[in-house]
Amino acid sequence: MHIIVCIKQTPATANIQIDPKTGTLKREGMAAAINPFDEYGIEEAVRIKERVPNSTISVVTMGPPQAENALRDAISRGCDDAYLVTDRAFAGADTWATSYTLQTAIKKIAEIKKPYDIIICGKQTNDGDTGHVGPGIAAWLDIPNVAYVCKIDEVKEGHLRVRRLMEDGTDVIDLPTPCLISVIKEINEPRLPSLKGKLASKKAVIAKWNAEDIKADKAKIGLGGSPTVVARSFNPPPRKGGERIEGATAEEKAKKLIARLREMKII
Amino acid sequence: MDYFLTEEQQAIVETARDIAQKKIKKVREHYDRTEEYPWEIIEELRRADLFGVYIPAEYGGLGGGCFELVLVTEELSKACGGIALSVAGTALGTYPIILFGNEEQKKKYLPDLASGKRLGAFTITEAEAGSDATATKATARLEGDHYVLNGTKVFCTNGNAAEIYSLFFSTNPARGPRGVSAFIVEKGTPGFSFGKKEEKMGIRASPTYELVFDNCKIPKENLLGKEGHGLMVAQATFDVSRPGVAAQALGIATGAMEEAFAYARVRKQFGQPVISFQSMQHKLANMAMEIEACRALLYQVARAVDKGGRRFTKESAMVKCLCSDVAMRVTTEAVQMCGGIGYMRDFPIEKFMRDAKITQIYEGTNEIQRNEIAMMMIKEAARQGLGKK
Repeated sequence: MHIIVCIKQTPATANIQIDPKTGTLKREGMAAAINPFDEYGIEEAVRIKERVPNSTISVVTMGPPQAENALRDAISRGCDDAYLVTDRAFAGADTWATSYTLQTAIKKIAEIKKPYDIIICGKQTNDGDTGHVGPGIAAWLDIPNVAYVCKIDEVKEGHLRVRRLMEDGTDVIDLPTPCLISVIKEINEPRLPSLKGKLASKKAVIAKWNAEDIKADKAKIGLGGSPTVVARSFNPPPRKGGERIEGATAEEKAKKLIARLREMKII
Repeated sequence: MDYFLTEEQQAIVETARDIAQKKIKKVREHYDRTEEYPWEIIEELRRADLFGVYIPAEYGGLGGGCFELVLVTEELSKACGGIALSVAGTALGTYPIILFGNEEQKKKYLPDLASGKRLGAFTITEAEAGSDATATKATARLEGDHYVLNGTKVFCTNGNAAEIYSLFFSTNPARGPRGVSAFIVEKGTPGFSFGKKEEKMGIRASPTYELVFDNCKIPKENLLGKEGHGLMVAQATFDVSRPGVAAQALGIATGAMEEAFAYARVRKQFGQPVISFQSMQHKLANMAMEIEACRALLYQVARAVDKGGRRFTKESAMVKCLCSDVAMRVTTEAVQMCGGIGYMRDFPIEKFMRDAKITQIYEGTNEIQRNEIAMMMIKEAARQGLGKK
């Protein structure tokens, strides 16, 4: 079974700052790591590999040259082959252009290695937060896709049974392979890199592909190929201190609170 | 300080540190309180390949040596000196097989010990044979193809969690110390059972048990080395395992210093962080100096042990004794730096102090270490003809 995991290297923090002048993410001085949701994707791929004999995992990312570190980290966690899709021409891509670019890379991986059975993505990234790219890739490749997967019940040649976490319960979904799933944090607890994995990751040869290598259509990549227009982006205003309700007893405080809420027409 | 670690050694440190800081730290208090065995962490250590760093590659290990084991033990002990014993205690039980096992014994036992599938243990101690290991009373009697074991061993680290034990029995009580022999014993052998579980001051995540042998029959192939060579097996093992105790002590000391330092930077008294007071700064500086000096000696001894060429009985004793004494001093001072909260169970500092104490006692008390250091010095002097008129 051939599993392809799509990952992104993102700032290693949940406090993403936006440059108010340019409206883009501030990346200077930020430590980078694998997007946390993608770690669940890698772990799930490794678990499938442990369950299904003769499985192999490819990991792919689109990003700047330093994204190679994220790919090496993925190898140390159990992935077999890594592919870095990197080109100045990809810069500024929105989720449409990103998913287009990744799917062309995935097609090339399938061509040179072997056809894929399952593509796994994290639910979303911790910097972009859109959740578009996984389903986007599935749409470009015209394969079935299930998002918000919280458990894989069954995995075998040609077939997958997964659970999708919904607001009002859990859907159990059968789907044929090849297919794409995007996973949420409930699915597993990612293992830490092993020593042998770490040593292998230092020696691993990582394929680096530019736009030409993957035969990407120039009109569909990077900022120029992105239909999204960012009208405005900003940091949320800092929250004010709030209001303290004082009083001698809990009862008195509750009464004051109710009065205040009525006054504000909240209740 | 840069200790010029190789890329491989650096990877070992990072792997062990990840597990210590991300997995062990959050559960250490639980296992310290409950004295349960941390199987969830054992699983992490297995998956991370940390059990076999010192075991030769042909038997499934990473092919490193004493130094690699020291690095793992130190990093794990920075978070919890008790949980670190799952690896260090297994190593103590494994070294006799590496050093004295024949090819069949190595092939049979080392791969499982290297993967952590089965844990190891080592015990020479008996109720009346502590520092004086020559007083071993438990016996092994050869009967045909088997040895029959009888007697009781005490204070076995990794106790009932281990499955492969390196143990010492007298095969010839009439010969006293020269009648002691080393054996490999497997858990589950009929006649081998567990007695009392000790309730300890520190290293409480590590089970310490009494091992009881009642006409326990083991194949005669389980003899390690030759009959009567048991104490030599034990001493040669200690020569390479004592740096591991030093590493545990050093890790405990470093962990305590880091926690106390972090607290002293945020704890405010008299309107300022307490670390701004010189009395605190001097405590911190003393800790850092002693710890770094210990680390320099430890790494050097471990590298010398791996280079081989001769026995390092004196140096191993020195580094075990020094690091454990420093660990006791540093952890005591760390509690003092944290004041009242440092004494409380809710705060991690007092545990470091309880855990540190054992490092001055086991694998030879520090009094025995000093005896050995002085004895080796006297022997060396005699060999060189020094002090003679």
